[in-house]
Amino acid sequence: MMDIKTAFPLDFSPVKKTTEFTLSSRPSLSYWQDAWIRLKKNKQALASLFIVVGLVVFTLIGPYVWRVDPSNQELSRISEAPSLGRSVLVLPEEVAYEEVVVAGHEESPTADGASLDATAEIQIMGVPSIQGVRFKWTPVKGAAGYSIYRTQTEPKDRESLGVPLSSIEGGNRVSFDDGFDLQAGRYFYAVVAKNGEESSKFKVISVDLKAGISLSDAQSISPDAKIGEMLKMGARPLGTDYLGRDMLARLIFGARVSLFIGFFAPLLYVILGILIGGISGYFGGKIDDWLMRITDFVLALPFLLFMILFKIAFGAGPGDDGIFPMLIALIVLSWTGAARLTRGQILQLRESEFVQASRLLGAKSLYLIFRHLLPNTLGVILVYLTFAVPSAIFTEAFLSFIGMGVAPPTPSWGSMCNDGIKSFLIHPHEFIFPALFISITVLAFNLLGDGLRDALDPKMRSQS
Amino acid sequence: MLSYVIKRLVAGLVTVFFIATATFLAMHLVPGDPISGAKAMSPEIRANIEARYGLDKPVAVQYVVFLTNMMKGDFGISFTQQNRSVNDIIAGHFPISATLGILAVLIAAMGGVLYGSIAALTRGKWEDRTVMFLVILGVSVPSFVFAALGQYVLTEINKRFDTEILPVGGWGTFSHMLLPALVLGLGTMAFLTRLMRSSLLEIVNQDYIRTAKAKGLPTRRIFFSHQLRNAILPVITFLGPAIAAITTGGFVVESVFAIPGLGRYFVQAVNQLDYTVIMGLTVFYGAFLVFMVILVDIIYGFVDPRISIAKGKA
Repeated sequence: MMDIKTAFPLDFSPVKKTTEFTLSSRPSLSYWQDAWIRLKKNKQALASLFIVVGLVVFTLIGPYVWRVDPSNQELSRISEAPSLGRSVLVLPEEVAYEEVVVAGHEESPTADGASLDATAEIQIMGVPSIQGVRFKWTPVKGAAGYSIYRTQTEPKDRESLGVPLSSIEGGNRVSFDDGFDLQAGRYFYAVVAKNGEESSKFKVISVDLKAGISLSDAQSISPDAKIGEMLKMGARPLGTDYLGRDMLARLIFGARVSLFIGFFAPLLYVILGILIGGISGYFGGKIDDWLMRITDFVLALPFLLFMILFKIAFGAGPGDDGIFPMLIALIVLSWTGAARLTRGQILQLRESEFVQASRLLGAKSLYLIFRHLLPNTLGVILVYLTFAVPSAIFTEAFLSFIGMGVAPPTPSWGSMCNDGIKSFLIHPHEFIFPALFISITVLAFNLLGDGLRDALDPKMRSQS
Repeated sequence: MLSYVIKRLVAGLVTVFFIATATFLAMHLVPGDPISGAKAMSPEIRANIEARYGLDKPVAVQYVVFLTNMMKGDFGISFTQQNRSVNDIIAGHFPISATLGILAVLIAAMGGVLYGSIAALTRGKWEDRTVMFLVILGVSVPSFVFAALGQYVLTEINKRFDTEILPVGGWGTFSHMLLPALVLGLGTMAFLTRLMRSSLLEIVNQDYIRTAKAKGLPTRRIFFSHQLRNAILPVITFLGPAIAAITTGGFVVESVFAIPGLGRYFVQAVNQLDYTVIMGLTVFYGAFLVFMVILVDIIYGFVDPRISIAKGKA
């Protein structure tokens, strides 16, 4: 008979000690580590987290990187579209306008206004710039006055001459000075003679205007600027607002206000809510009854009306930016949600086995609250807090938008939207950028909140 | 049932009383008064005006007068608009706000139920994803942005067709209401869509749905007579707070679309420190909201017979 050991040597040889072994369990993870792992898997939430961090960095570091004064008004650069610095012509100082009056012109009171001739020639006087366009023309025989029209598209007929700028009385007054809201680009001026009614003939001159600033303004930017040179102006990547202030700098400072209220108001009122809800839930009985009655009452107040009422009651005097009153008003009116949430959680946990076991082992109230009850409600509260941030940002924006929030000149995203919406159709960038910032911030917090809820509270996991 | 309704109404009245008190206190904390803002006046005239509005009396007396007048339904006379009573202002402008609000709630509720159902029925497919993306957008973009964009698009459309298809602002006809009501209802619609979707998805796994399927009922029938009817309940509960949210949002929409509603009046009154108007409107709005919530709760009791409101557990 064959030896079984020699026939199947491998099967019956002693097993060598190896270092390989299989894990019977995963490493133990704390609640927060587990939540973090789940959050990392959620791409939307992670992207939102990056946006939130980016916004905070934008707000804190922004003013040191982008060193433009947000309150500096440059009236020569009002409502400028976004640009990375444009060049402007340095112009001589403005000279006083002298009207040209010709001698020996005769008005004929009987002439038919509609059949008057057009003027023979229009001449530009001086250097036309966005600061002013001056021109003179040869007098028209028999005219008792002239009408001046301006347009930015080439006029084809009598009807398309554009805006009537001025009506000059006196046929011998043959010059005009236009300084009304000029911007870089081409303008067409038309001169129409009149005598009672306007002539059907007209003469047009076109003028190309370059963006320009006066010498003294130029020298305040760069001391050795000379007339006729091109001067490079500072970049305005997001354009300027209706007072010529840099939009990017204002958005950074507006972020300070909006995010300050957005972060701190919820933080403070959630803490207040935890305190009230915790006391209410833990002690129960009469205290609970009264606290909940107060909660119900505060909840019944019409929120925005009382926001406004409290804001003015806490006083925003002249020169006050109105941030502090808004913070107080938000805290006073918004703690109820967190209080109810905490109370409900504590009521549930109070009766749970592990708390009862701890109590049986002689744990004191304070120990129970801080060791068992609060840490176990923290997840839910963190989710609540994440959703409270966008709603606080919304509230600030709404209030500032209707002019009841942050007082000018302090910028906030909401008040910038309010300023921008007035000229939305002409200068959309003044409205769109702050609106975009509000929307992206709120969006990021909402998505982050969704992600956190899924990660922290498996019971409340949103169905997808 | 009746005793529950009475109980809720009494509780509502108490809440309104507290709202009135809080308003009164807040108004008397406000620095400055409505008279001092006006032109310089001799002490005699000032005394006369103070006497007319009862400002010469001690605060406690003013409070009692305010409360008794309020109980009679009299909110007093405006400070800035001579001889116009607050009741007058409410009667003139509240119907406008209310019409706009009702239309907005209707749009929000119908849209919410429709889109929520679509999302739930096409769960995980592109329709669902699109709807949910729009929902997130709807809750994240402030209503004034929608208002501005809506106006812009409308202007462009009107320009394109060279007629006024829908007016861009103002008030008067039904066509004036459509865009503002849509803008006002969008946020709530987004919220209701999400609510409707999750409520429908919860119900899909219920036993009675499985039973209905096992019986061989057509899908359409299951959806309309089992799923929808049960899933719509949370949406109805939310309508109370939704009305509140929509009246609040009305402030912004009324200002963007130049609608002469009560919200705009309130903002104006606050700017001018018009005591009586501010107090009157706050109490009025507060009472309105409180009773709206009660009304919705009572309706809820009728819709869902499982909830016995007689025990006060609605």
